[in-house]
Amino acid sequence: MKYLDEYRDSALAKPLVLELRRAVTKPLRVMEVCGSHTMAIFRNGIRSILPDGMQLVSGPGCPVCVTSASHMDAFIGMADRPGVRVAIFGDLFRVPGSHGSLSEASSRGAKVEIVYSPMDALDLAINNPGELVVFLGVGFETTTPGIAATILAAKNNNIKNFVVFSTQKTMPAPMEALLSDPALQIDGLLCPGHVSSIIGAGAWEPLAKKYHLACVVGGFETADLLKSLILLARQIGTGNIKVENVYPRAVDWEGNQRAAKMVAEIFEPADMDWRGLGRIPMSGLKIREKYAAFDAEVRLDITLPEAQEPKGCLCGNILKGMNTPRECPLFSSRCTPSNPIGPCMVSSEGTCAAYHKYGQDE
Amino acid sequence: MSGKKILLDHGSGGLASQQLISDLFLKYLDNRTLHSLEDSAILDNKPGRLAFTTDSYVVDPIFFPGGDIGKLAVHGTINDLAMRGAVPYCLSLGLILEEGFAMDDLERIIISISEACREAGVPVVTGDTKVVPKGKGDKIFINTSGIGFVAEHIDISSKNAKEGDAVIVSGTIGDHGITIMTRRAGIALQGDLHSDTMPLHTLVAKLLQELPGDIHTLRDPTRGGVATTLNEIAESSGLSIELCDEALPIRPQVRAACELLGLEPLYLANEGKCLAIVSGDQAQKALAVIQATPEGREAAIIGKLTAGKAGRVVINTPIGGARVVTPLHGLPLPRIC
Repeated sequence: MKYLDEYRDSALAKPLVLELRRAVTKPLRVMEVCGSHTMAIFRNGIRSILPDGMQLVSGPGCPVCVTSASHMDAFIGMADRPGVRVAIFGDLFRVPGSHGSLSEASSRGAKVEIVYSPMDALDLAINNPGELVVFLGVGFETTTPGIAATILAAKNNNIKNFVVFSTQKTMPAPMEALLSDPALQIDGLLCPGHVSSIIGAGAWEPLAKKYHLACVVGGFETADLLKSLILLARQIGTGNIKVENVYPRAVDWEGNQRAAKMVAEIFEPADMDWRGLGRIPMSGLKIREKYAAFDAEVRLDITLPEAQEPKGCLCGNILKGMNTPRECPLFSSRCTPSNPIGPCMVSSEGTCAAYHKYGQDE
Repeated sequence: MSGKKILLDHGSGGLASQQLISDLFLKYLDNRTLHSLEDSAILDNKPGRLAFTTDSYVVDPIFFPGGDIGKLAVHGTINDLAMRGAVPYCLSLGLILEEGFAMDDLERIIISISEACREAGVPVVTGDTKVVPKGKGDKIFINTSGIGFVAEHIDISSKNAKEGDAVIVSGTIGDHGITIMTRRAGIALQGDLHSDTMPLHTLVAKLLQELPGDIHTLRDPTRGGVATTLNEIAESSGLSIELCDEALPIRPQVRAACELLGLEPLYLANEGKCLAIVSGDQAQKALAVIQATPEGREAAIIGKLTAGKAGRVVINTPIGGARVVTPLHGLPLPRIC
C-alpha cells in the first residue's frame, strides 16, 4: 500500500530503534495526544523497546473516551424516544452512560444504526421519511468537516428529518487546560497527525512557546512513530524546543483552509464538557443559529442531564496522563472490553483498551 | 418460480411443504437416503470413531462475493469435522425461513448447497424446513449437523499442542470477515475482496496421511479470527504462542480495508482456513504438503509454541518489539477516526 508499506519497512525501522536509543540523553516524559497513536504504539510493540528513561503517557485524544457521561445519557435518552433513529460511529455503541449504553437501548427496541460516514446517516433520513434521524457528532477536527458537509447537503437537498447532536471537540484547547495543571509533568507532545492535517502544525506553536514543550507532529506507521520519538528526545535533550512536522505527506503548517472555512460556516466555538476534564471553555463546536434546523439539541429541546461518573473508575485521570490503566482498581478485572465501566475501555483507541489488548502483561 | 414468495403454508407440513420438498430439495439434493423422506436417515456404519458436530448460520448478507449462506453452511460443518481429523460422511440441513422470502433466492441457495455437497462428496441425508411469520426471522437461517469418522490412530485436539510445535496457517487471513463487513457497511472498495469459504477435509486428509503422528492440533479460525483461536489453543495446551508479524499472510486489499475501518485481520473470521499445530521438526514438510494442495497454496509458518506463561499469545513486531494478542471481546466495531 502506497504511503503505508514503505513506512512499515523493518529495514527502515530497525536502525531508527538504535537512533532512538542514542537520542535519549536524559529522562523524559512524552504524551501521545491521539488515541490512534496510542494504538499504533502498542501495535508496533514500541513500548517494549523504549530506551530507559523515556516514558510515554496517553492523552485525551480518543473522542469516544472524552465524551461526557451526561452526553451519553442524553444520547441514550434520545434513542429511546419514539420516532427517533440515531446514527453513530461504531465505537459509541458500548460506551456506558450513568445507566446503560446505546447497545442496551438497542436491545430494548431503540433504533440505533452504526454508520461509517455522516453521509450514510443522511441516506438513513432519506430512506426513513417518517423518522427523525439524529447523527451523534462525536469526534475531533478530523470528523467535523464531513459533518459540516453533510449538514450542507441536507440543507441543499431540503431534507428536514436529519439533525446532528454536536459534541464535536477541538484541539489544542484541552491541552492548554491539562498543561496548566502543575501536577502533570510533560516534556513533550507527540501531536496528532490527522487532527493536524486540518488545524495545521502551526496550531501547536503557542503551546510549545508558553510551556516550553517539545512538539512533534507525527504519522501512524512504524517509521513515523520512531522518527517522532527521536525528534522529541533530541529537542528535550538539547533544549532546542519547537514544533516539528515529520508527517508532511499529510500535514502542512497552515492546515486545510477549505475544510476550516466549511466548518466555520456551520459551527461556532462553544464551551464543551469532557469526560474526566470537566467543562473547558471554547473547546468544542456547536451548530450556528443559522443552521438550527439541523441542531438536535434545538429540535428536540434537549437539556443535558446531571450524570454520575462510574465509581472507582480512573478514566478521568488516565485521560490526563496522571494515572496509567494498571493503577485503576477496575482495570482488567471488573472493567474489560466486553464489559466496560469507563469509556477508555470501550473505544479501540482508548488507553485502557489498548493496554488491555496489547500490553496486559507488560 | 420467479416472483414467488415463501408462505407460512410452506412450513405447515401440508401440501405446500410437500411441493417445496419435491420441487426444490429433492430436485437438487437428491440421494438414496434423503429420497426415502422418512423421519430419520438410517446410515451404514464405517470403521473408526464417530465425530458429530452442529452449527447454525445467520450471516447477513446472505449472498456475498465468494459465496452465500448455503455454501457456508456446508463448508463450515465439514470443516468442523475435519478439524478433529474426521472424514466427513453426511450432513443434515435445517432451514428456518421468514415468510415472504423470495423463492428465487431460496432456489439459488439450495443449488449452491447441492454444488458444495457434490464438490465435497458429502451428501445431505436428512432435513427440515420451518417458516416463521414476517419480522420474526431474517430471510433465512440454516443449521447443518454433520457426522464423520475418525480413524483409530488419529488424535487431534487443542490440548495436544506441544512446546516447540510450529503454527501453520493454511492461507491468507481475514478474507471472509472483511468481505462481510464491507458489504454490510455498503462500502464499495476497489480491489477484489471475496470470502474464502471452502472445505478443508481434503487438505486435512492429505496432511494426516503424510504426517500422521506429527499433526497435534487443527482448528478453523472462524468467528474471533486467528487471534481468538490461538488464545484457545494456548489456554488448552497450557503453553504460550509466539507469532511473527511479518510472516502473517494477508492480502493487500484486506489489509487496506482493515486500515480504513480500523480493524485487525487477526480478529476477522475465516471460512476456508485452518491453523495446524505440528511437530517443530516436521514443520517444513507439513508446510510443503499443505502448499501442494489447491486450498493451501498460500500457507505459511506464522509462529511457534513455547513454554512461556500458559494461555498467552504474543506477536513479535518488525522492529523487534512484542505485544500481547488477546482474544476478541464483543463484536469488532469500527473506530471513529
